Amino acid sequence: MTGGLAIQARDLTRRFGGFVAVDRITFDVHEGEVFGFLGANGAGKTTAIRMLTGLLAPSGGEARVVGRDVYTESEVIKRHIGYMSQRFSLYEDLTIAENIQLYGGIYDLTNAQIRERTAGMLARLGLTDAAHEFVRSIPLGWRQKLAFSVALLHQPRIVFLDEPTSGVDPITRRQFWELIYAAAADGTTVFVTTHYMDEAEYCDRVSIMVAGRIGAIGTPAELKQQFGAATIDDVFVTLARPAGGAAAGPGQSR
Amino acid sequence: MTTKALGGLLRKEIYHVLRDRRTLAVITLMPIVQVIIFGYAIRTDVDHVRLAIVDPAPDAATLELRSRFGATDTFRVTATLPAAHDLEPLFRRGLVQGAVLIEPGFGDNLGRGLPADVLIVTDATEPNTGSVVQAYVLQVIQAYERERGATSSAVRLVPSVRMRFNPTRESSNLFVPGLMAFVLTIISSLMTAITITREKETGTMETLLVSPLRPWQIIVGKVAPYLAIGFVSVLGVIVEARLVFNVPLRGSLVLLLAEGLLFILVSLSLGILISARTSSQRVAMMGAMVGTMLPTMLLSGFIFPIESMPWPLRAISNTVPARWFVVVARAIMLKGIGLSYLWRETLVLAVMASVLLVLSTRSFRERLE
Repeated sequence: MTGGLAIQARDLTRRFGGFVAVDRITFDVHEGEVFGFLGANGAGKTTAIRMLTGLLAPSGGEARVVGRDVYTESEVIKRHIGYMSQRFSLYEDLTIAENIQLYGGIYDLTNAQIRERTAGMLARLGLTDAAHEFVRSIPLGWRQKLAFSVALLHQPRIVFLDEPTSGVDPITRRQFWELIYAAAADGTTVFVTTHYMDEAEYCDRVSIMVAGRIGAIGTPAELKQQFGAATIDDVFVTLARPAGGAAAGPGQSR
Repeated sequence: MTTKALGGLLRKEIYHVLRDRRTLAVITLMPIVQVIIFGYAIRTDVDHVRLAIVDPAPDAATLELRSRFGATDTFRVTATLPAAHDLEPLFRRGLVQGAVLIEPGFGDNLGRGLPADVLIVTDATEPNTGSVVQAYVLQVIQAYERERGATSSAVRLVPSVRMRFNPTRESSNLFVPGLMAFVLTIISSLMTAITITREKETGTMETLLVSPLRPWQIIVGKVAPYLAIGFVSVLGVIVEARLVFNVPLRGSLVLLLAEGLLFILVSLSLGILISARTSSQRVAMMGAMVGTMLPTMLLSGFIFPIESMPWPLRAISNTVPARWFVVVARAIMLKGIGLSYLWRETLVLAVMASVLLVLSTRSFRERLE
C-alpha cells in the first residue's frame, strides 16, 4: 500500500513520432474512489489508459499503479488490475460460462473459485439460466454488464473501463453505473473514461483532458465552482474552446 | 499458472475453429479437393496424343514403324494420309496434335544403309505439350531403329533415355509434395494471420494483453491448434494421394512429417509476422496471399520448374520457404532418400524457422505492448 494511492502519474508522456498524444500529465487516484477520466475523442484518454495498463510503454515521466512502477513491474501490475476496452471484450462464439472459465483460468483462479464466483455473478446479473447461451445471442446491454463483471472476476484492486457505456441505451447506462458503484463499495478503485459529461456527475473525482494535457481535476462540485458553470458539460466546453481545433481535430482513440 | 491458462486458451481456440463452420469446412475440405483438382485437372501428363501419319509410299518398313505408333497408349493415330498438304487443315482444326511424315523410299534407304528421313511436326500452341509429344515420337522412332540395328549386323550408337524416379512421368507424383506445401501455407500462414487479426479487430486481444499472460503464451495458444490441423492435413494429403493416384512414399514417413513440422513453423511465423503488421482481417488476408501463397504457388517449383526460370526469379525463389520443402518432400517421397542427402535443405528450413520465430515474437510484442 502506498498511502492510499491506487495510481500516481507524474509528467507521464507519450509521443507518436512528432505527435504528443499525452503531454506530461500528473494526477493521483485514491484507493476505492470512482475516478472519471474525461476528454473529447482524440484528447489522449485511451493512450493514457494504455500506458497505465501496460499495453503501451510511456515515452517519458513516471507512473505507479497499485504502488508498482509501470516500466519495471508491469507483470505484477497485470495481476491486480482489470480492464474492459471500449470494444467488447468477450468472445461471442463462446458461451457465457466458457468465457468466465477462460478468464478465470487466465487469472489463475481455482476451479472452485471460478464455480463459486460464476454462480454469484450470474445470479446478480439475472443470467443464471443463460449460462450456456452463446454471448452473441444476448442483448448488447447485458453483454456490457457481463464484460464488466468478468473484468472483476479475479477481484482486481483497480478496474480500468475505457468508454464502457458508449453505444448503450440510457437505462442500461444507469444500470451499468449501479454496477460501478457496487464494485467501488467492495473497495475496488474504478478508473473510467467517458465522453458523456453527465456521467461525470456520478464520479467521486474527475479530470478533463484537452489536447493531451489535463485541463482540470477535482470533484465535480469543485470544477463547477472553479469555472462558474452549472454542469460539467459547461466546464468541458469552456476548457475545450481555447484549444479549439486541437480538441476537435482528427485524433486517434486507440 | 502457465499450464492451466494455456490449456484454457487452447480450448477456446479449438471452440473458435469448431464453431466457425465455414472456416472449418474450408480447412478440412480444401486439402482433399485440391488433391483431386490438381490430380485430374492440372495434369501435365500427355496421353492419347492425336497423331497423323503421312506415308506417301507404304512398304514393309513404314508399316512396321506405323504399327509401333498404334501399339502405345501414348498415341492415337487419327489419320493416315498419302500427302503432306492434307495435314494443314487437320492441324488448323486441332484434330491432330502431332504428325509423323515418312519420306517416300523410306524402306529402300534403310535397307541400303542410307539416311532415311522422318519429319516430326507438332502443334506448339501449347509449347509444353508440343515438346513432350516431340520427345515421345522420337522415342518410338529410336526404339524402332534400335531393334533394326540389333537384327542387322551394323553397330550403331543408340541414345537411350530413361526417366528416373517417375518412370511413367506421372505429374501427380510431382504435384503432391508441392500441394502439401501449398495446403500448409494456407492453414499455417493464412489462418494464423486471420485468427490473430480477428482478435485485434474485436478487441479481445487487448484484454488478453492486459492479463498476466505472456506474449509467447498468447501466441502459442493461438497457433498451436493450427499446427495440429496442418499436421493432420499433411497426413490426409499423403493418404489420399496414395489411394487415388498411387503416389508412392518411398522414404521415411517420420522424416517427412518432421520436415513438415519445420515448414509449418516457418509458415506460422510468417502468419504471426503478417498479423503483427496489420490490424484488419482483410489486410491480413491480402498480405498472406501475396506474401506467402503466391510465392508458394509460383516460385517453389510446385507448378513451374525453377530450373527454367530466369536468374533473378531463381534467386528470389531461394528465399521462398516452400521451395526448400518441396525439394525435400519430393526427394523423400519419390527417391526415398534420407537426411544424409537432405541436410542442406533441412538446415535452410531450420534457420528460416528460428529467425522467423524470433522476429515474429518480437514484432508481436512491439506492436501490441
